[in-house]
Amino acid sequence: MRGPCLLGFALSVVFLVWALAVARPAEAQTPAPPVPDDEVNRVAQQLYCPVCENVPLDVCNTPTCIQWKEEIRSMLAAGQSETEIVDFFVSRYGMRVLAVPPPQGIGLGVWLIPALGLFAAGLWLASRLAQWRRPAPTPETQPEAASDGAARALDQWVRENW
Amino acid sequence: MARMGRWGWGVALAVALIFLALLGWAFVEQGRTAPTAGPAPSFSLPLYEGYDGGLGIREFRLQEWRGRPVVINFWASWCKPCEEEASLLEALWRKYRERGVIFVGVDYLDVPSAAMDYLRRFEITYPNGPDLGTRISRLYRVTGVPETFVVDPEGRVVFYKAAPIQPGELEAVLDPLVK
Repeated sequence: MRGPCLLGFALSVVFLVWALAVARPAEAQTPAPPVPDDEVNRVAQQLYCPVCENVPLDVCNTPTCIQWKEEIRSMLAAGQSETEIVDFFVSRYGMRVLAVPPPQGIGLGVWLIPALGLFAAGLWLASRLAQWRRPAPTPETQPEAASDGAARALDQWVRENW
Repeated sequence: MARMGRWGWGVALAVALIFLALLGWAFVEQGRTAPTAGPAPSFSLPLYEGYDGGLGIREFRLQEWRGRPVVINFWASWCKPCEEEASLLEALWRKYRERGVIFVGVDYLDVPSAAMDYLRRFEITYPNGPDLGTRISRLYRVTGVPETFVVDPEGRVVFYKAAPIQPGELEAVLDPLVK
């Protein structure tokens, strides 16, 4: 009876030694730190969801916007850059998702028209100022009507007395 | 200076005209509605992997299916009303595909992962793909989802609905087309 007992004891010891040799301390699973909302919103504020017109993506909380922001979060977690993410959204949903239209194609008009408008307004203002500062020519040979003479006299009186 | 003034007026007038033209164009565009009759706008739709409906294609081109009725359904995974009709559309596809009817789902403003989850959840098997750049939804003047169009074998729109499809509705349109 002692033989099997000793054998059993020896096997137990061998198993224990083997188990101690191969066992490693349990390593805690360390998930990648979640991408903070600020980083997601930095990309989201460059985009508009077409379903919720005139609401920037970073402040929009409809189901579509939440999906889009989660997509941005997972793309950031995957190591994609802001430009890559914005390009992905443009390729998938079109230029209209951009908060700021690019200066090309029809988007060029958004930049050019106000600039041209300002330029035209500046030219107009400059010409008006120039006319205002230049003294009005006085016709000398043309005969005057009685009312014109009275008006001229009044004008002269105002200039002399004011 | 007078010359400069004339230039200024010319530029101002040109800018005003461009602005008015753009405003008019936007106004006309906004006034346009979905095609409810007449020729269906042609489009190409890249299909999601594994969602070709057994047709053996990677891209769905509407004009290639002339001669068959085509049901075009615009949907999105974030759209709750779309869920109401999802199973019904799949059932109708299984019922009518042997009779030559093609169903195609156009995924509107969706993210790919959510779209795939939706397709799996409702066990959808008919051709489906993303509306890249919202080109197709703009062609069809889609204002929301779901919207469904039926195109007859001659390529004309014969049915349009901007709400979930109800039982019996599509059958009433498709049965005369496949008799």
